[in-house]
Amino acid sequence: MFKYLPHTEQDIKDMLKVIGVSNIDELFSEIPEGLLGLDLDVPNSHSELEIYRKFNELASKNKELVPFVGAGAYDHYTPSVIRHLIERQEFLTAYTPYQPEISQGTLQYIFEYQSLICELTGMDVSNASMYDGATATAEAMFMITSAKKKSTVLVSKTVNPNIINVLETYAKYRDLTIEYIEELNGVTSIEDLKAKNNKEIAGVIVQNPNFYGIMEDFAGYREILDETKGLFVMNHDPSTLSVLKSPREYGVDIAVGDAQTLGVPLWYGGPYIGYLATTKKLMRKMPGRICGVTTDSEGKRAFVLTLQAREQHIRREKANSNICSNQSLLALFVTIYLAIMGKKGLNEAQMNSFNATHYLFDKVTNLPKFKAVYNHDFFKDCLIETTLDPELINEK
Amino acid sequence: MSKIVKGLYYSNTHEWVRKESGFAYVGITDYAQESLGEIVFVELPEEEDNVTCGEEFSAVESVKAASDLISPVSGVIVLVNDDLEDSPELINEDPYENWIIKVDLEDESELSKLLSAEEYEDIIK
Repeated sequence: MFKYLPHTEQDIKDMLKVIGVSNIDELFSEIPEGLLGLDLDVPNSHSELEIYRKFNELASKNKELVPFVGAGAYDHYTPSVIRHLIERQEFLTAYTPYQPEISQGTLQYIFEYQSLICELTGMDVSNASMYDGATATAEAMFMITSAKKKSTVLVSKTVNPNIINVLETYAKYRDLTIEYIEELNGVTSIEDLKAKNNKEIAGVIVQNPNFYGIMEDFAGYREILDETKGLFVMNHDPSTLSVLKSPREYGVDIAVGDAQTLGVPLWYGGPYIGYLATTKKLMRKMPGRICGVTTDSEGKRAFVLTLQAREQHIRREKANSNICSNQSLLALFVTIYLAIMGKKGLNEAQMNSFNATHYLFDKVTNLPKFKAVYNHDFFKDCLIETTLDPELINEK
Repeated sequence: MSKIVKGLYYSNTHEWVRKESGFAYVGITDYAQESLGEIVFVELPEEEDNVTCGEEFSAVESVKAASDLISPVSGVIVLVNDDLEDSPELINEDPYENWIIKVDLEDESELSKLLSAEEYEDIIK
């Protein structure tokens, strides 16, 4: 396979001959009269060099700024080796190949990705990845309502509103009801959880660090849910798990989130990658697929697709989810990032983010007309109030 | 010829019921496990769940197929055979010994609508 393979005149003649067409015009004869050769308002053709200069000129108008957007978009450094490796043509394909006979490399990195996600979250099993953290959270909602055969879930108001919008969209078409747990000074109110939890609730969805960047303490949630046999879903930024208590340590049943923070650049707002990890007990309710390791007929180590809930293909009416795909190239991205950073490197990168955010916070809140909104420990987002017009600040 | 145990109640969807002092043990028949082949997973319901006669309460997955189990009785599940979680193949080994759920019967008269061993034998002939 070659990346650049032009057709020769002879190739074109041969191909036309095979399909029984004498020339290119005849090939396009199906296109209705008047559609070909329309007089479109586009510039004349330019040489490659001219195009290159033109676009460079346009691109130079962009300002290379450091994004402070936060709230789900984090500009972490991407080690350059990642781009070189993921652009190898064995990996950069339009469709991820899974046949074990020809796809050992692909299956191995998916296996390693799953192992890394399990190590970070403390969960038993991870799937091969999902589109993004918001849809992964919605899939977790489907899992808990299906496992419990109940149609109401509780969601904390400290969850990112973008995720909540996706949950609402998913819930609408499954006739699920979302009730909200109130927040108190920027954190989920455990008293409101106690008041709203009952046997009709399938489970609870929370986020850590929450939308405001606050590290919430979810101690006691497991016990409250155990009283009603509810399930516990936590959306957790996986990068911070090198430092913070894992979802498993809080006793969660499903851990989900965006893995963009694991070195994936912001590009132009995507693509992102979601992760979803759960307990052995719930693994058959999990959307997507799992890769596993086994031995082949010669006794050598081999990677294969191990589990995919049968419902997705042969009992579709029973399926929890119609997700059969994953975000494989980004899973490779995350895998390489974690492998080269290692435990120590990830920890250092996170502590740098933590310290830099706190430095910024201290500097800004010491300015006149700026003050902190909440008095809680935060990680790499913080909420600051100002009496100045935010539009003016953005212009500067 | 599949094994049929006398004295049990049978459903035409291949579940069996053994009545024991107000409770019913429910499992799948030898014919069912033979048809399914090697069973790799039993989706167990939870204790305290309600089951309704004629409605699904569990699903078994074999290397060949996945199929729903239909409850032959109504009531509350008081016990689930947890051994099946790690060893679903127990059903292949002895389908009449390895029950799936134990139900506190809501209405014992429902049992009279089920089949006897002889009637069930006619069905699977």
